[in-house]
Parts: sequence; C-alpha cells; structure tokens
Amino acid sequence: MILERKDILGVKELSKDEILLILDTADSFIEISTREIKKVPTLRGKTVINLFYEASTRTRTSFEIAGKRLSADTINISASTSSVVKGETLLDTARNLEAMNPDVIVIRHSAAGAPHMLAGMVRQSIINAGDGAHEHPTQALLDMMTIRAKKGRIENLNVAIVGDIAHSRVARSNIYGLKKMGARVTVAGPATMIPRDIEQMGVAVCSCLDEAIKEVDVIMMLRIQIERQHQTIFPSLREYAQRFCLNKKNISLAKKDVLVMHPGPINRGVEISPDIADGPYSVILDQVTNGVAVRMALLYLLTGGKA
Amino acid sequence: MKNKNRVVMDAEGIDRSLTRIGYEILEKNKGLDDLVLIGIRTGGIYLANRLQRKIAAIEGIDVPSGILDVTLYRDDLQKTNKKPRIGKTDIAFSLDDRKVVLVDDVLFTGRTIRAAMDALIDFGRPRLIQLAVLIDRGHRELPIRADFVGKNLPSSLWEDVSVKLTEKDGIDEVVIEMDSEE
Repeated sequence: MILERKDILGVKELSKDEILLILDTADSFIEISTREIKKVPTLRGKTVINLFYEASTRTRTSFEIAGKRLSADTINISASTSSVVKGETLLDTARNLEAMNPDVIVIRHSAAGAPHMLAGMVRQSIINAGDGAHEHPTQALLDMMTIRAKKGRIENLNVAIVGDIAHSRVARSNIYGLKKMGARVTVAGPATMIPRDIEQMGVAVCSCLDEAIKEVDVIMMLRIQIERQHQTIFPSLREYAQRFCLNKKNISLAKKDVLVMHPGPINRGVEISPDIADGPYSVILDQVTNGVAVRMALLYLLTGGKA
Repeated sequence: MKNKNRVVMDAEGIDRSLTRIGYEILEKNKGLDDLVLIGIRTGGIYLANRLQRKIAAIEGIDVPSGILDVTLYRDDLQKTNKKPRIGKTDIAFSLDDRKVVLVDDVLFTGRTIRAAMDALIDFGRPRLIQLAVLIDRGHRELPIRADFVGKNLPSSLWEDVSVKLTEKDGIDEVVIEMDSEE
C-alpha cells in the first residue's frame, strides 16, 4: 500500500486503506519526538512552505516542527506580512512560490476550495491546512490517531461532535473520516448551527447536549468561532454556555472512560469548563502531540523521489 | 518455473551459530558490562531476541535489547517513488557509553548498516558499535564488516538470500533463491 496522490485536500477523497496507512505511519513517527535528538535526515533537501491566510498557532507550528524533524527546510508565510496586503492574488502568490521550487505547499485559507484550485495549478504537493468551513484533513487524521491510540480502535465507537457544526471544517473532516472507519457519529448544537441535510452525511442529530453525549465513547467539543460570527447565530455566549458547555455534571452521562477532545483554541467556560479541559478525560494535549506525527507522516508519504 | 531454491542452513545450523555468536560476544567484550543488543527490523529483531536468550542461558543476565527501523535513514529514499512503510523504533534506554551490538539477518551491500549506525548516533554516543549477522553474503559497497558472523555465504548477485525465522515465517532456514524473471 502506498499513497498514490499528489495532494491531501480532504478526508472525503481518502479511502479507508489510505487513512490506515497514514495513521500507521504516524504511529511510528511518534517516537522521534521523544528522542533527545529529535531529527531524522529523511527529507534533507526538501522545502516545505506554510502559506497561512488565516491565524493559527497549533497547525502552523505543528507543520513547521513536523518538517524540521524530518530535516526539510520549512518557510512560513502569513498573509498579514506578505504581498497579499499589497493586493497580490492567491494564484499569483502561488505561482511565485512555485517558481522557487518548493516540494510541498501547506495552505490555510478562508475560502473553501482554495487548496483545490492551487492543486490544479501548481506542480507541488498541496496539503490543505483548513479551507473555510470545508475541510481540515490533518486535524481529523490526528483526532482519529488519538482515538485509536487511546481506545485501540475506531470501529463501533460512539462519537458525539458538539458545537457549531455548520461552520466547522473540523466537524466535516471528522465526520467523513470517522464514518469511513466505522464509528457512529452524533452531532449536537443549537438549531442555527446544524446545517440542513446533515443527516445525509450519515450522522444522527441532537438538539441538546445531554442526549448527544449519553453513553458515548468520545466527545469532540468544537470551538465557538467568534471570528466567524458576523451575524448573530445565537443570542449570547452565556446562553450557549448554559446549554452546551461540557462540565462535570453532564459528562457523567457519557461512558466512564470517555475521551474529551477539542481541536483548540479553547474558549474556557464557553464550550468546555476548565476542570473538564484539564481533567482526566481530556486528551486535548495528546491531540497536539499526535498532530506533529500525523503531519510528519503526510510529508513523508507525499514527498516522493522522481516519478 | 523450475524450483532452484537451495537450503543452506537448517534450524539446527541457525541455532548452533547463534550459540557460538553468543559466546563470542561475551568473549570479545569480556562480559556483559554496558552491553546492549539492537535488532534491525525485521529479521534482526528476532535474532536479537534469540541472542538475548542465549546470553541469558550462559550468564543468567538479560542484556537490554531494542528495535531499530532504519527506513528514515536510508540513502535510496529519494530514488524511489514508493515510500516504504515505517516500522516502530523502540530503544528505551540511552546509548551513551554503551557497547552496542547491532544484529541483522543478512549483511550484503552494507548500506543498511550505514543507515543503522547513523540512526544509533542520534540516540547518544555509544562507546563502540559491533555488528552480528547470521549470514554474510559479500558484495559490500561500503567499508563495513561484521564482528560476528554465523555463516559466510559467497553468493552471486543473481541470487537472493532469504533468512526464514519461525517467528515470522513459521520455519527456521536459510535459503538461496535464484532471481527468476516473472
């Protein structure tokens, strides 16, 4: 089994076997980050450009560390300090980067489909690090890696995804992935945050938190995306917190060994109470650790020799 | 297709070689102080485990052993479009000032051992590195030699030397296979 694709644009396109290959490879990469010398020479001479049109701490740092631990040269470009502010289009920026001969371009953009467009235009491998409300494949892969590491499997697990499903690329990528791996997925959130026809993705829908997390193995809390709330989707953060904040009381409805996940950054006290975020069920920091390994796996699998 | 496979070592032969290598490791290192065994994936892992048991049978002490996957250090990754699967490396101890015995099934071009030595250096600064192999089939492309050899097996480049071990193949034997065109 080899990964025969140029780009990683979404989980939707990946087969179950491809997901397994990525997760297995990532499992083997975990150990490198625990060494005293956290570096292997595998991608010596390869160049990875992180092109970020949206704010990011975790994903960008994670990709940068992943590249560096494999000995690739990594370069970060954020839109706010680049020629984007002078009005350069995405395609022009990409063509110019292409002319400098990198091997992989990692892109985050607020427009859904931006990585897909670039993938068709440039010869480099494109990795989608989040495009609008569409997909965030590396997040879903690291989430699945974390679940598999903690539970030993993904198949037949009950997973609840709670929050702003409509605006969440994390939710979308995870639904695609978890369904492919055989999990049962329930989504929950205020009615205004549940996309119409979401059932077609094969998930159950709940309008209340208690019902959604009853007897589940995994709870994925989503961040309330304050930066995307142009219009008022719910009356107030306080009201949201009263209905959907995961706390000590309602978590007892889930299974005793439930995993609590969050893609970060956390709005403490809005979608998750601090004692839960820092508590024994939380694997939030494991997710971050595994994120480096997943990105190392993708960089390794995508940067081939000569075709 | 004619079957040109030739068995050059059977289970007893393999076992006797490992017994001898176990004694030689002890003799050359004058005991077990600071000694560790590192098996190279995959055949080397099982041979390292067997050597560990041989040494335990002689001295009554379990020497630490680890597993090394050298894929990430290979020098041909850029040449191939197929990315080999990465196995787990598991070395749960520091290699600083240790005497490391690398264990592999077949010594051929020496390139795997070069990669393994580079990898080991990333885990610390061993006092010394020695190499134990079950089969040395010649055709070195790098200045590398083994300290402990089960059997020297002059082979032609058209042949394939395959070490089969019970742990992974259900049988203990070393076979020379003719490279036949499919």
